[in-house]
Amino acid sequence: MNAQAIRNSWKRFEDTLDVIFPGGSNPLRNLGAIACLMFAILLLSGIYLYAVFDTSVAGAWQSVDALSRQQPWLGGWLRSMHRYAADGFMIATVLHLVREWIMGHHSRFRRVTWLTGIPLLAFLYVSGIGGFWLNWDRLGQYAAVASAELLDALPLLATSLSRNFLSAESVSDRLFSLLVFVHLGVPLLLLFGLWFHLQRITRPRILPPRSVSIGVLASLGIIALAVPVLSTAPAELGLVATALPLDWILLHLLVLADMLSARSTWMLIALVLALLVAAPLFSARATAAVAVVDADNCNGCRRCVEDCPYSAITLEPHPHGKPGQQIAVVAAERCASCGICAGACPSATPFRSVVELVNGIDMPQLSVDMLRRTLLDALASARVPQIIAFGCAHGLDVEALGEADVTGYNLLCTGMLPPSFVEYALRAGAVGVIISGCAEGACEFRLGNTWTAQRLRGEREPHLRRIVSSRDYRVVFAGDRDRGSLDQAIKELRGNAATGINP
Amino acid sequence: MKKFAVWLGQGILYAALATVIVVFSHWPAYQNLAADRALIKISISHQGQLLGDCVELTPQELAKLPPNMRAPKSCPRERSPLTIEVDVDGQLAHRQVAKPSGLSGDGAAVVYRRLEVPAGKHHIEVRMKDNARSEGFDYTRSEEVDLAPAEILVVDFDAATRRIILL
Repeated sequence: MNAQAIRNSWKRFEDTLDVIFPGGSNPLRNLGAIACLMFAILLLSGIYLYAVFDTSVAGAWQSVDALSRQQPWLGGWLRSMHRYAADGFMIATVLHLVREWIMGHHSRFRRVTWLTGIPLLAFLYVSGIGGFWLNWDRLGQYAAVASAELLDALPLLATSLSRNFLSAESVSDRLFSLLVFVHLGVPLLLLFGLWFHLQRITRPRILPPRSVSIGVLASLGIIALAVPVLSTAPAELGLVATALPLDWILLHLLVLADMLSARSTWMLIALVLALLVAAPLFSARATAAVAVVDADNCNGCRRCVEDCPYSAITLEPHPHGKPGQQIAVVAAERCASCGICAGACPSATPFRSVVELVNGIDMPQLSVDMLRRTLLDALASARVPQIIAFGCAHGLDVEALGEADVTGYNLLCTGMLPPSFVEYALRAGAVGVIISGCAEGACEFRLGNTWTAQRLRGEREPHLRRIVSSRDYRVVFAGDRDRGSLDQAIKELRGNAATGINP
Repeated sequence: MKKFAVWLGQGILYAALATVIVVFSHWPAYQNLAADRALIKISISHQGQLLGDCVELTPQELAKLPPNMRAPKSCPRERSPLTIEVDVDGQLAHRQVAKPSGLSGDGAAVVYRRLEVPAGKHHIEVRMKDNARSEGFDYTRSEEVDLAPAEILVVDFDAATRRIILL
């Protein structure tokens, strides 16, 4: 099975889930945000746990165990939430990584975001495993000894970490303070790394949609009440901790080291990390032309800067302008070639009375001028009144609908459509306009659907004029498989006798 | 009706997520040592003897050195490797020659090994050598032990008393 087949299968699965999770609330499309939500739960619950935790060998087990037994409705519940959120964090993060890999989101303009995500996985493992040490029960003993043995296989430390867990006498309060420091410090590193991870994303979605947040919080809250996390017996270093209720989601690496060997496990970890780091190098995707700025038509209005989903545009002093005037500058390596900037540019209106429509910022492979010319040609040469469908290269192929009265244009992204084109098409004779794109919450370029919807509603510049009746156009964010929604929109527009706007 | 189906579907899928978390955060139980087994943990971190003695430098040798490095004696830093053998019930269970750590080979040599044995009585004999210039083993210890299931017997070396210890 090749990469494309796997990608299509995954997309089909996501599309199927869209039926149950409509309106962008599909958890598979919000995995990164769900991971952040889990992290937030961990940080908040961790504050309380740290406040009551006794950082001594003698008191650690007692203080954690007392939480579950003496205050099950607060401390015990928070402890369980902490643990289950850590499990959820690991699941969401791994799924997020797998999804981005399958979707090919690891190369070109996403390369830095991909690479900065890899250390976060390592921090997550360290934080997750380290949390078990602090309980200092039999499971914590196993986690501490097994992870010390795993670390000892690395030729980094002069002394053996495992010797700290030979007997009860060798475990000191000082060592416990160090373990606490690791369990607090590494998550802070994770938080810092997350900031790097999101640097090249404009308006990152830190938290999932409300319905997803409620679903996740309710799920964790209920299981934290129904199946509270309890400590096993206190650690006893003279005995091997056996028959453990192991957390396979967080501690599987330690079991792997038991089954293979510490050295083999490190080799496997190194191999996986090397594959992840090398993934962008093996991407076969061709490099698309990036956005180009025309100095004579760019007045530095900043709209493209605001709308770019990947922070690829900055403003610099204009070479020909007055003092203080600025011009947009595109960082080629960050540009996704989505054209959302072209759709944001105020000079992209097709109503400009110029022979060649040169935009302030535009895509060489599909300029606004090309779009205007082909649109006019199509309407002029059509034998029957036409519905114009503006689609997206990652959504349904509107150029291959096979309808005699529908002319389709596959844009790079729906967000590259200046909203004035809707009015322009209607005035030029179209009986209706359809704007289709990726499914809700699944925009290939993150913000294309959002900006398009806001521009059409008049909530974002450049906006569609209110003179255009909503009867005359339809927005169909249905992905690349939901032909039915598009057909329904076509049917509705065919039924419109009058557009309300005279061509 | 459609809304109810959506709510039901979401409820089922969130319940499935919760079930996965609950189940795999506790189950299946992990048995990292069979119920009738015990563990011998050989864990020694020890600095071997120096490989060579200090030698006095001749005036000619001193003259070849930079003025700030003309110490009258040259003392090698490198330590002897640690050789350890452990017999369990008369059978050699582990033999290892551990090199001293550090770039100059002047640090402690570390031995760490887990040996699983059936619980019950065993005859343990430990031999250790930390001086490359001597013949045979420098330290030996032989003992009868009775290990309960899951019990850990630690084999270590106490540098202060220069004895192999069994904990």
